[in-house]
Amino acid sequence: MVTSTVLAPPRHYLNDGYGIKSWLLTRDHKRIALLYLASVTIFFFVGGAMAVLIRLDLATPVGDLVSDETYNKLFTMHGVMMVFFFLIPVIPTVLGNFLVPIMIGARDLAFPKINLLSWYIYVIGGLFTLYALVAGGVDTGWTFYTPFSTVSSTTNVIPTALGIFVTGFSSILTGLNFIVTIHRMRAPGMTWFRMPLFLWSTYATSLINVLATPVIAITVLLIAAERVFHFGFFDPRVGGDPVLFQHLFWFYSHPAVYIMVLPAMGVISELVAAGCRKPVFGYSFVAFASLAIAVLGFLVWGHHMFVAGESVYSALIFSILSFLVAIPSAVKVFNWTATMYKGAVSWETPMLYAYGFIGLFTIGGLTGLFLASIGVDVHVTDTYFVIAHFHYIMVGGTIMGYLGGLHYWWPKISGRLYNEGLAKLSAGIIFVGFNLTFFPQFVLGYLGMPRRYHAYPPDFQVLNVLSSAGASILGAGYLIPMVYLMWSLRYGRLAGSNPWGAVGLEWTTASPPPTENFTQTPLVSWEAYDYQPPVEGHVA
Amino acid sequence: MWSGTPLFPESASTMASRVDALYFFLLAVSVFFSLLIAGLIVFYAVRYRRRSPDAVGARIHGGMMLEITWTVVPFLITLVMFFWGASVYFAMARPPDETLNIYVVGKQWMWKFQHLDGQREINELHVPVGRDIKLITTSEDVIHDLFVPAFRVKADVIPGRYVNIWFRATKPGRYRLFCAEYCGTRHSGMTGDVIVMEPSDYQAWLSGGAPEGSLASAGAKLFQDLACNTCHRPDAQGRGPVLEGLFGRTVRLQSGEEITVDEAYVRESILNPAAKITAGFQPIMPTFQGLVTEEQLLELIEYVKSLKALPDARGPQRGTRVGVEAQTR
Repeated sequence: MVTSTVLAPPRHYLNDGYGIKSWLLTRDHKRIALLYLASVTIFFFVGGAMAVLIRLDLATPVGDLVSDETYNKLFTMHGVMMVFFFLIPVIPTVLGNFLVPIMIGARDLAFPKINLLSWYIYVIGGLFTLYALVAGGVDTGWTFYTPFSTVSSTTNVIPTALGIFVTGFSSILTGLNFIVTIHRMRAPGMTWFRMPLFLWSTYATSLINVLATPVIAITVLLIAAERVFHFGFFDPRVGGDPVLFQHLFWFYSHPAVYIMVLPAMGVISELVAAGCRKPVFGYSFVAFASLAIAVLGFLVWGHHMFVAGESVYSALIFSILSFLVAIPSAVKVFNWTATMYKGAVSWETPMLYAYGFIGLFTIGGLTGLFLASIGVDVHVTDTYFVIAHFHYIMVGGTIMGYLGGLHYWWPKISGRLYNEGLAKLSAGIIFVGFNLTFFPQFVLGYLGMPRRYHAYPPDFQVLNVLSSAGASILGAGYLIPMVYLMWSLRYGRLAGSNPWGAVGLEWTTASPPPTENFTQTPLVSWEAYDYQPPVEGHVA
Repeated sequence: MWSGTPLFPESASTMASRVDALYFFLLAVSVFFSLLIAGLIVFYAVRYRRRSPDAVGARIHGGMMLEITWTVVPFLITLVMFFWGASVYFAMARPPDETLNIYVVGKQWMWKFQHLDGQREINELHVPVGRDIKLITTSEDVIHDLFVPAFRVKADVIPGRYVNIWFRATKPGRYRLFCAEYCGTRHSGMTGDVIVMEPSDYQAWLSGGAPEGSLASAGAKLFQDLACNTCHRPDAQGRGPVLEGLFGRTVRLQSGEEITVDEAYVRESILNPAAKITAGFQPIMPTFQGLVTEEQLLELIEYVKSLKALPDARGPQRGTRVGVEAQTR
């Protein structure tokens, strides 16, 4: 085991200035990562509180906890906050911001000031959305389908739309920053194929961010314009087409699913490699699978409209393309699993999250095949089957990946170790709570329970009660890490530079790293995940 | 507590068993791969657990044969899913030639059904067992979605368009009908029942209602009230095209395009007459946007459909039974 022989230098990024200005005007990618960590966590808990209310209300079939209007606002705001303000930014802006420069041996991102600007834009967009919430909420669903959102709804559509519009620029700028950084700032010897797989997936995600986000910006702007000026883009009474909106919306929002899950896949590659102390099986296949997903992800949006009056032939095209995009995901799952073969497999917390991710993502991915298969999709679309499917991808995938990554890099970020026992316990609670919440929803969906229903037929109650019970367990599972991670900041044992015995540039510098990341620019002469048999340590 | 909890939906249409068969195939593939992956993870995690703190794994970088296998095999399996899913979908998307047509208008937050014989229902739909039923749907306001889980059919009900849904119920009973596209405050209250009846019971039910006469006859009255008949005359002397025998035919437009006269074209010609002018006519017809409701549009369409080409061109046959008609489309 590698112990840090040199004590961490007294000066690191956390104690390099204490005042409020040293944080709010920082250009250090690591501090900006922590600004993001705080803000996305707030949105996660606000969005989560709404999920709790939704599940409480659905414990009875008659919808007696909140009114129809309130229920509709709850699921809308839950979706808006979780998708645009948590799932999309979370891994790139927190883990990506912290790790991209360190993993390539750079001192910072290519544009540190733009990085800070991204955070401010995110916060401004978030404030618009919080304003919409406080001013009475919005009830269109996070999908803003027209003509309901343009003609019928009387709630705060415009502030919410503006919030999403503004936040989009934060995604674009962060994506741009990562692309330029990965192209231009790699340390000597850090070739593309020596990069950790997290960077490949971050790079693929950034491409989608830059190319797709402008489309959602225009789309929500059209909604706002149509509400104010009644142009009639989406109004059939004046020759508009309400389904046109769905094409524009999903042209971004389907790739957005990959914005959410690709970074998590990158995290899992890191966790599996470090957890097995072994190179990821089929490195280049995993790397190119990320790019394949990013490209194919742009060509499948029409599978959201199989029952929305789409022509039979476009439906067929979108169906086969949706099956194709499943292949690279399957390739990744097989490669991660094969990586464990003859590994030195760890049972520590990050690896538990990786096991959880692979299992849940597999189920999420396989149920996606049901939805790509049009004959079955017609029956299950717009039901709880879809809800269960995308929560397996986004909660079972993205959040498991994020939490796994947070636990893996926490010693690097904070310099401290958390309580391993509590961490394992909460990982187990999250896994059980998650499955209890969302598995019954597959059954409900095939039975025919539509999504976004405030009240439902009484014979669906038992499955709904199971789901609500699971949600309370899941909620508790998410609160426990908050407690022990905060606790570790003050009372945790010192981590040392490499507590996991992992390879990768981030483990060669101190924990927490100095502001400039490395005391001298690293020279990379080894492949990614270059685990050497134990002789005398393995630091290059 | 579990006794009243179904875990699988009822099957009450010819489509249900086809959808279920595909569903079980998908389920079998999913269960196999889930167990395979989960089994391998558990097995490897135990078998290769880290036995000493500084152990490292074997230096294995990959294997081309394995990569090809687990790319090609899933691809072939998904091809089966694709073709199977597409064939079920084709059957859903193409109504049979001979159908019993019923019009559906969705509005916030109710379903209105209009039978050709004139019966109107709200949130309840009576149909006979063993007949191919085609629902011709539209919406008065926002997008809705008509969903009958027991039949495994669903389609968005879109304002400004006519979307067809067809099914053949296989057993009498009462089945739930949901709105499956979020449509505002009382979305979850926009539900109803489909009541599938034996043919004799259905006939009895049909003869019980409809004081106003058939849909086409209501359309005929409206046609006069709106003075459509001053221009659309059966004798080809009017300023508008002759409507007799028009429905289902292909007409040439002024732009040179050809179009088949269907429900959507008749609707558009009433609401936005200048959009597609028949060759040889002037764009002089005023719009009826805002003057006719969605239901009145359906009556007018049904009236136009009922106008058969007559050799002596002496006006339409009034009062003919148009309950079942061949769809020429």
